[in-house]
This record gives sequence, C-alpha cells and structure tokens, in this order.
Amino acid sequence: MSLFRLALANLGSSPLSSLVNVLLLALGTASIAILLLASAQLSSTLSRNAAGIDLVIGAKGSPLQLVLAGVYHADVPPGNIPATEVDRWQEHPSVGAAIPLSLGDSFRGYRIVGTVPEFADLYQAKILQGGFWDDPFEAVIGSRVIQTTGLKVGDTLAGVHGLAEDGDTHEDSTYQVVGTFAPTDSVLDSLIVTSTESVWLMHAGHDHHDHEEGHDHEEEHAHEEHEHEHDHDHESHEEDPQHGDEITLLLIQLSSPLGALTLPREINAETGLQAASPAYEITRLLQIVGVGLNWLNAFAVVLVISAALSIFAALYASLRARRHDLAVLRCLGATRGELFYLLFVEGLLLTIAGIIVGLILAHGGVELLGQWLGDGQGIVISGWAWANGEFALVAGLLLTGSVTAMIPAWQAYSTDVARTLTAP
Amino acid sequence: MSAEAVVLQIKNLEFHYDKPLLEIVDFEAFRGESVGVLGPSGCGKTTFMHLVAGLLRPARGKIRVAGTDITRLSEGQVDRIRGSNIGIVFQRLHLVPSLSVIDNLLLAQRLARTPIDRGYAMDLLGQLGIPDLANRKPHQLSQGQAQRVAIARSVAHRPVLLVADEPTSALDDENAGDAIKVLRELTTSTEAALIVVTHDERVRGHLDRVLNLGGAQ
Repeated sequence: MSLFRLALANLGSSPLSSLVNVLLLALGTASIAILLLASAQLSSTLSRNAAGIDLVIGAKGSPLQLVLAGVYHADVPPGNIPATEVDRWQEHPSVGAAIPLSLGDSFRGYRIVGTVPEFADLYQAKILQGGFWDDPFEAVIGSRVIQTTGLKVGDTLAGVHGLAEDGDTHEDSTYQVVGTFAPTDSVLDSLIVTSTESVWLMHAGHDHHDHEEGHDHEEEHAHEEHEHEHDHDHESHEEDPQHGDEITLLLIQLSSPLGALTLPREINAETGLQAASPAYEITRLLQIVGVGLNWLNAFAVVLVISAALSIFAALYASLRARRHDLAVLRCLGATRGELFYLLFVEGLLLTIAGIIVGLILAHGGVELLGQWLGDGQGIVISGWAWANGEFALVAGLLLTGSVTAMIPAWQAYSTDVARTLTAP
Repeated sequence: MSAEAVVLQIKNLEFHYDKPLLEIVDFEAFRGESVGVLGPSGCGKTTFMHLVAGLLRPARGKIRVAGTDITRLSEGQVDRIRGSNIGIVFQRLHLVPSLSVIDNLLLAQRLARTPIDRGYAMDLLGQLGIPDLANRKPHQLSQGQAQRVAIARSVAHRPVLLVADEPTSALDDENAGDAIKVLRELTTSTEAALIVVTHDERVRGHLDRVLNLGGAQ
C-alpha cells in the first residue's frame, strides 16, 4: 500500500469530480494542440506545394485566388489567358521556366490539369507505373487519386465540367490512364495530369455544345468564368475558331532572385495579365487567418486556466473535507513531506490524465480532419505528427498543474495535527 | 518491573496554553499493562494524549517512549518514533474512506515503516471477528465494525504503546465492556501497554489502574 496507490484511490473515490477536472483540462489541451498541429502542418503543406514556384501569371482578378487556383488547386481561377503567353514569358530573361496549366474539369472531385511533363518536376514526382502521355486524352494520376478511386494504368475516366461530381460529364471524350505518380505528399497526389492539348480538344467540343444549347453550368469553369466576366470575349469566341487555344495560367520559375522584384511589376503594369507571388499571397493569407488563430489560442488558454483553477478548487475542497484524515495519517507516522507528496501527486495525476486525454483528442481530431480535407483538397494534414509547440504546451501544462497542486499540498504539509484533531 | 518493561515514562511534565493546563510529576506504563487516564472535560486528557504521541511539545519535563525522550527530538524523528512505537485509536475512528479495510491496515504498516505483513493484518481481523470484512470500504461498515477495524489498524504495525481516545463514549454498557476487552486482549497478546483516555467511568473496573487528571492518582 504505497502513497501513490492511496492518491489513486482518493481520486477514484470521487470519480465525477476527477472526470470533470480531467475533461476540462483535456478540452483546453486539445484546443491548443489542434491549433498547433493544424497551423504547423498547414503552413508546411502550403510551403511544400509552393516549392519551386516563384510567380503565377494569369488573368486579372484576385491575386490570392490566382495562387489558390494555380498552386493549391483550392479555388477557381479568375479567367484564362492566351496560349501565346507561354512562349512570350518563356523567352523572358528573368524567367527560368514557364509551365502552362489548363484547368476546368475534374473526376470525382480530383482536378484534371492540362500541362506539360515538366509540371511533375516541380514536386520531384517519379512515375510509379507506365509513363507520361504521348497522345491527347492520355493522363497520369496522383497517388491519392489511385487510393480513393481504384483507377489503374489502362483504365478510362470521363471528366466532369467543374468540380462537382454531378457536373456535366464529357461522355463523348474519355481519358485513358497511361501512368501513375509515386506519392509526393503534395497537391500533385490529388491531381489527374494530362496534356494541354487534351483540355483544348475536350473544350473545343464542349464549348460548341454549350453554345448550341445555351446551357449555364453551375460549377465554375475557367473558360466559362472568363465568358461570364467578359461578355465581349464571348462574342469574339464565336468569331474566332482558335479561342480554345487558351490556358488558365502560367507557373513561373525565375532565373534570378532579382526577377522577383522586377517581373511582377512589369507584368502588372504593362500587360493585361497579373502576376502573383505564392510566398507573398500565402503569407498574407496566414496573417489574416493568424488573427483568428490568435483569438482561438487565447480562448484555449482561458480554458486551460479554468481547468487549472478547477483542479485547484477540487483539491482544496478535498483537502478541507479530509483535513482530519490527513491529520490521522500524520498520527499513523506519515511525515509532513509525505502529506505534501500525497496531495501533490493527486493534482499531478489529474493534470497528466488531462494532458494525455487532450492530446489523444487533438491528434485523433486532426487525423479525422486530415482524412476529410485530404480527399481531393490537396491539403495533407495528419494526426500522426508532432508539432514542435506541443513540447512547450506539455511542459507549460505540467508546470501549471504542479503549481496548482502545490498550494493545497503545502496546506497539507502545514497541517497542525493536534489542533485539527481537536477541531469540531 | 525491569527498565525494558517501561514503555512510557513521564517526568515533571508541564504544559500550558495561557494558564497551566497539565502537570504530571511521575508516570510510567509497562508492557502488557492497561491504564485509564480519567477526568472531566477540560482537565487535559486530550492534551495528555497529544503530548504522549509527540503532537504537542511540553513547556517542561520529559516524555520517554520505548526509552527515547521525544521532547528532545526533531519533528521528523518524532514522526518516526510515533509511527513505529505508538498506535492510536481515535474517538472518530478516521478510517481512510477510499481504502478497503485490509488496505487501511497495510497503510498503517507502510506509514510506520515496518515490513508489510498482510498475513498478520488478516490475523488481527480474525481475532476481532471480522475477517470477512477485509475487502469492504469503511462506508459499508456498521459503527461497531468500523471501531473494530480502527482498533485492528492501531496495532497492525505492532506498537509497544496503544493509546485509545474515548473508545467507549458512543457505546452501550455491553459494547463498552466488549471494546475494552478487545483492546486488552490485543495489547496483552502483543505485550503492548494500553492507555485509555476517557471521561467514561464505566471503564475503571476493566483496567489495571487509573490516572486521574485533576485529582489524585
């Protein structure tokens, strides 16, 4: 019968109070840990997906929207740009590489991207099976697409217009899977990559079909957005059979750091296009989100402080109720130090239980969130990760719990046995 | 009686709060002996018990427990002497509510820093007629059963001195006699000295001798 067992038995003798205190602390711990885990992984995912892309060139509109659409595939693009822009910017002295993207269709929520094979190099992607396309309507698919759809080399898929699974299906033209990418832990895992020509050919027919039937798609489509926003373009499309030779945007790798200063200014001021920097736009986004995160963090800290106060109140109430019992323990031979240890361990056990339950809740919750988000959103968040800030969180909570437990423990230490035993 | 047989020795003891409360010139208790400390309320009976247990320090005088003068020891040393040599039966029993009966006895052994002896603890419960209560919690016991458990706990670590505070105050004549009989049997079998601190005159006839506080010995 150790004092540790006695401390456990004491906590077990008031299960409701112990449970409430543990849950209160667990909620505070989980709130902070979720914020730490999610923000660390989101930031890491955003950085990983933007790796190698210095600028995105696209139609005028919101630069953040352009970056979200072109780099993270998490928004619709603001419009299209002529395909001739590819050559123009590839030849620019500040540009190392210009990779065209043509967006608009999807398969079961996974985006179909018309581009060039060099697009895969941005993510250091390796071909797992098969190879790149040789002809139009051949596609290479990412690892998450393979996992969730069961597609394999040789299968065919029919893209839908827009991102919704119930959008118009391009039944007349299907893609054949000719290759698969190895996992990259990037947005590429959730993409179906094909040639730019495939997307042009697909929409040359589709646009014609749209115009004939006057159909209005609910889902945002790069081409269609462009048409809605610029009526004059719509008219010119009907007169210009080459209007399909458009791309959605260009991903730019600069040839020198100096280009980061001069090229965006040149594009934004002297052309009808816009250039957006992923690094700048994401920093701006995280700053906006960061304000909200700070409020959430403050709320979580309030939760933790409430939990600490609750543990303190519970221990203090327990101390008052047990002051005779503690005095009797002294009479049985317990030293002052042993009484201190007993109360301190009780407080610490509640704290440790709260931290463990909180971390389990946080990591479990983030894992579930990651599985939900990861399904086609290009955001990789896992509960099987450990954010650096969690070490500080656990240390801070243990310190708070220790200080909280120390006050009633000190009261137990200072118990005047004779006076307590004679008190009513 | 030999010197080894003296378990408790008090010499020229004085204790006072604002005014003198307790004065004992010479008192000894021997192994196997039972002594009643009697007197009316306010005469210092509880103070006597706390002094003997080392929970209070006297203004003057010596208190030797098992040959050691506890008035000269540090608080930690007194804790150890009390734990290993003295057993106390409290008026309000004060069993640890979160522990079973047997664990209450084992805790007393642990705090006294004596080897944990579950067999001896079970024997004690057997001697007191309550072996089947070993795994019950204190709230599952009657008042009489709880008092027997408190008595068993007080001797679980084999003390040489057992002090009982008002052990019969809540009992009728028959149960009061039984309680003293149990205490005497246990202290006789373990060769411990028994001191019963009480205002209950009914115990007078059950004990070897009586120390009257506020009156003649």
